[in-house]
Amino acid sequence: MTAQTSPLDPLTLAVVRGSLEQMTEEMDLTLKRAAFSPVISEGNDLANGLYHAETGEVIVQGKWGLAIFIGIMQFTTEAVIRVAARRGAEEGDVFLVNDPYSGGTHLMDVGMVKPFFHEGKLLLWMANRGHWPDMGGMVPGGFAANATEIYQEGLRIPPVKLFIRGELNEDVLTILMNNIRVAEERYGDFRAHLAAFSIGERRLRRLLERYGVDTVMACMAELKARSERQMRSYLAEVPDGTYEYEDFMDSDGVEPDPLRIHVALTIRGSGAHLDFSQSSPPCRGPMNSVIGTTKSASYLAFKHIFPDIPVNSGCFQPITFNVPETTFLNAVLPRPVSGCASEVSQRVADVVMGALGRAAPERASAGIFGTVSNVSLGGIDPERGPYVAYMFNGGGYGGFAEADGLNYGSPVISVARSQPAELYEQRYPVRIRRFALREDSGGAGERRGGLGAEIEVEFLGQSGVLSYIADRGRFPPKGLLGGEPGALCEIEVIDGEQRYVSPHLTKDANIPLRRGTRLRQKTPGGGGYGDPLNRAPAAVAEDVRGGYVSARSARERYGVVLDDDSGEVDEAATAELRRRLRRERG
Amino acid sequence: MAFIVGVDIGGTFTDLAVQDEATGEVRVMKVPSTPGDQSVGMMRGLEAMDLAAEEIALILHGTTVATNAVLERKGARCGLIMTEGFRDVIELRRRDRPETYGLKGQFRPLVSRDCRVEVPERTDHRGHVEERPRAEAIREAAATLLDRGVEVVIVSFLNAYANPENERYAREVLEEVWPNPYVIAAAEVLPEIREFERTSTAVLNGYVQPMLDRYLHRLADALRERGYPHEVLLIQSNGGVMSETKARRFPVNTILSGPAAGVNAAVRWGAAAGVDNLVTCDVGGTSLDIAVVAGGAPATARELSLEYGIPLRVPMLDIRSVGAGGGSIAWIDRAGMLNIGPESAGAEPGPVCYGQGGTRPTVTDAQLVLGRIDPHNPIGREGRPLDAGAARESIAQQIGKPLELDAVEAAWAVLEVANHKIAGSIRTLTVEQGLDPRDFTLMPFGGAGPLHVGPLLRELEIARALVPPWPGITSALGCLTADVRHDYVHSVNERLERLDPKALYDAMLGHFAEGRRAIEAEGVRVERIEAAFHADMLYDGQIHEVRTPLPAEPCGRQEIAAAFEAAYAALYGDTVGAHPVRIVNLRTAVTGVRPEAARRPMGAPRGGELRAALKAERPVYFSGGFVPCPVYDRVRLPLGATFGGPAIVEQADATTAIDPGLHVQVDEHGNLVVTVGSP
Repeated sequence: MTAQTSPLDPLTLAVVRGSLEQMTEEMDLTLKRAAFSPVISEGNDLANGLYHAETGEVIVQGKWGLAIFIGIMQFTTEAVIRVAARRGAEEGDVFLVNDPYSGGTHLMDVGMVKPFFHEGKLLLWMANRGHWPDMGGMVPGGFAANATEIYQEGLRIPPVKLFIRGELNEDVLTILMNNIRVAEERYGDFRAHLAAFSIGERRLRRLLERYGVDTVMACMAELKARSERQMRSYLAEVPDGTYEYEDFMDSDGVEPDPLRIHVALTIRGSGAHLDFSQSSPPCRGPMNSVIGTTKSASYLAFKHIFPDIPVNSGCFQPITFNVPETTFLNAVLPRPVSGCASEVSQRVADVVMGALGRAAPERASAGIFGTVSNVSLGGIDPERGPYVAYMFNGGGYGGFAEADGLNYGSPVISVARSQPAELYEQRYPVRIRRFALREDSGGAGERRGGLGAEIEVEFLGQSGVLSYIADRGRFPPKGLLGGEPGALCEIEVIDGEQRYVSPHLTKDANIPLRRGTRLRQKTPGGGGYGDPLNRAPAAVAEDVRGGYVSARSARERYGVVLDDDSGEVDEAATAELRRRLRRERG
Repeated sequence: MAFIVGVDIGGTFTDLAVQDEATGEVRVMKVPSTPGDQSVGMMRGLEAMDLAAEEIALILHGTTVATNAVLERKGARCGLIMTEGFRDVIELRRRDRPETYGLKGQFRPLVSRDCRVEVPERTDHRGHVEERPRAEAIREAAATLLDRGVEVVIVSFLNAYANPENERYAREVLEEVWPNPYVIAAAEVLPEIREFERTSTAVLNGYVQPMLDRYLHRLADALRERGYPHEVLLIQSNGGVMSETKARRFPVNTILSGPAAGVNAAVRWGAAAGVDNLVTCDVGGTSLDIAVVAGGAPATARELSLEYGIPLRVPMLDIRSVGAGGGSIAWIDRAGMLNIGPESAGAEPGPVCYGQGGTRPTVTDAQLVLGRIDPHNPIGREGRPLDAGAARESIAQQIGKPLELDAVEAAWAVLEVANHKIAGSIRTLTVEQGLDPRDFTLMPFGGAGPLHVGPLLRELEIARALVPPWPGITSALGCLTADVRHDYVHSVNERLERLDPKALYDAMLGHFAEGRRAIEAEGVRVERIEAAFHADMLYDGQIHEVRTPLPAEPCGRQEIAAAFEAAYAALYGDTVGAHPVRIVNLRTAVTGVRPEAARRPMGAPRGGELRAALKAERPVYFSGGFVPCPVYDRVRLPLGATFGGPAIVEQADATTAIDPGLHVQVDEHGNLVVTVGSP
């Protein structure tokens, strides 16, 4: 293999692809390791990638990044390109952007975009983003369930130059740092973003030296073409037709009504069209979605169903959209959007996966838990100073043809890891009293849904406030092919004898805390797959032995009778009970 | 006469290296492993070498017993006793899933849920005990677990890293009622923050403990019967050895035993040849491990994911597996791209050319098609020849056809993609530590490692490679020369400005004394005892620590801060500036350096005329096409000989391929020194 070989030589192509993947992986690891924001460094709530010079289309994205950023960074880069058309982009410039309406998600996702020049010419863009713990606004942590305008949610930054020709634009940084909570640590975070760029630049320069710019660019174009071909080959195997699916969000946090997400997926040949026009209109509360997030969540759903297609803009080419501004899935300024990145996005992915599941049943899973229960807790601790503790949670995955759903996994939109209880206790005035599997929460099915979790947090500070934006309090993860739904999300705040449940069930803002107040969360389980009466009785007995399923559920939902002492299956009684239940259930 | 014996037992072979203490002369031997009871294979090896047990001064042993117990899920039935509310920690993991895309992951924890029980107790994050566990509750938990057939019990309490008192108390109560010695307190295995990783590591320790314990008993009995009265020393994942007694208590430290011994050997060979910056690449039949040695010291790692959801956190050499070993499968994806691994044909069915039922082409098949390995004398096949025709056919059909290449071009593409993957992994491993691979010497070993010399030199822009005398018996040789080593960690967790430097120094001295006692108790002859100190440090608020070397003397806060800033800048290119710094852990490695007599350079193969070493000529494919290529017999290569590529060098345990444009000199230790262009 030498530099002279044709760009389409399969070997060079494989090598260039490997180098690009490795480079963005290194950028991810650098940002993660150097970051102060625990959401980035422990939670992997970050992304890095390379984007096309003119269109902003994604060329390659790091594998450690948040899945929901799969398309988002492309839209962010497009927004930067529009600004750069007016203001120019020069070597050494770095754009800062967190504006959901400039191809973003929520305000806490802070992006940086840097032009990469080769021999004086803009060759491509490098971009990264990471979740900062706070961007100002009416509640610490940014998840204000009662916000009715984006201005209440925090500081909004459309693309501006943080660096101009390599020089830090201190004015921008000063404005930023004076409008957010716990600003001090963010100086370290913005350096971490820059460190990731410098690693990426070094690797990319080396690749260009080795193969020459023409070969590398030709490879990028070829990789895009191949991803598109691969996606089309999958879609071509799906029978043509229109497949509908719908699901709901509990409420917008302000008004009590549920929000409907409806998709009509039309497969024709090797293309897919997603029509969301039957979804609810824009809402008053923060559960609106910006178009970038809606599209990105849809792309992500295709990636989960066809996981082996390499991420670049090619795999998105066969997918078209209709998302009118009359729906809450394409909100316009100044609608509040803090629930869009982590909650609405999940439901969008759920309905697209649901529709795809109808089109390609052999690839389908039952419903996944579908809410990360964003919780933020803020205040001033006499010992530790001001703090914002942001936590989010996992839940159960849906059962599928081959196996039970995973217990307590990360949401479809990310592989963000949970933070250790011991770190929370060290950093914030809290005690974690319970962190456990939530028994009986997996939807019954021939393949059981995975279990959600129970988390109980006791507040140890003098005073503080609690806000949360979760979902699935009213509409559980669905079962499939006769499987039952998973358990609903439950959140309560316990203060002495008093138990408080929000009128919105899963959303609330600025609940005052005093020492000893407890937050108790139960996250949803996944949906079951197939008729629970067909589940192997021995598997049910095993579930009861481990406490994943109660003896009562074994009887009532699975029709399995266990011996009280030995826990073994009573075959005769089970056969009899199942016959009866089958008759009753029709 | 006294001999030192290094033994590395792998899945297929038991390798032995024996050194005469008086002369320094080394002999090596390869015998088949005996998977049921590995001590049988070892005894056979000793017999085959005509070694009487009473002649043996010391046996140093690399083992895969613990590793295989985990990978094959054949470990002990374990029970966990945890703080109330936390029994699911190992099943909740860190909420990850196996792959970013695709929602069909599955996970089975090493301890089943019905064998995980809770007791009320609490320590806070500062180490203040808020509630002591009740003895009665612990006894009840023990009774429940015994009733469920549990053999090993592990206690893991929240915040025990800050104060292990409650765990220790529970262990003492358990020891009174538990019917065997398998009682583990998690913070005694790993006194570090992060409950999941700590518990996972302690569970791994328990999971492998009875199996390793029983194996060591059988081994000790067999040796004693033959008149060897001493303890066997076990290679740890950190590259040092520990006594049999300690290994029975902390078997989890042997998970990387064999590969760590290999890196040890590389360090010695490098040192003997005056090279202290090495990249090692150990390619066996199925696996490929890489490691970096900078300044004579192998890079270390603190965490390894044994499989999805099962992290291990103990001091170990940073050895990375790359899915590009001989058994790695080559395949074409839907986009028409050539990929290597991660799927492997393993030892069973093995590559297509083994004729054992493998149908998918592997890297080994590609090597064969390109004439780089001799089908009639394959390594470790005991005379069973390889089927080159079948290899060729599978590559032509499965790789060549879709890529529109002929069988040979396709085989070359397979090798090149594999080489690129290896080079990429090496680059990641070096740059992660702020090192430039071009400053290193490549040391390929394992039976197939030296086949990759040329492409790796080219890809990594490395100027020189050192192919050691017995690449295929590296781990056994590494056992031979390993030092005794014990690691200690002490949780400090203090902002630097609040640190009491004297207390830190006292902790350093405490570690040193503890290590010294341990080494002296093991009774191994050492020349001197050394300690190296590191602090895990970070800017307050960060999560990922930077390993900061500390001087072995009392030092003030300013010196510590300066050391941290230097380490930080080396890693990330810059410091964060005036921001408070936190010191999280103190880590100490205490090493008993074994005497010089036992470490003369490895005996080189005997010499002669270069011409006499020429055993054949065959066509071999290098970049561009097949060329007529001389084949040398490694054991007959004279010291000091020089020759250029193309060439193949064969020996019983490995094959080396020298690409055109490379130059070889056999140095005084018997290494092949491979350089690009003229010497």
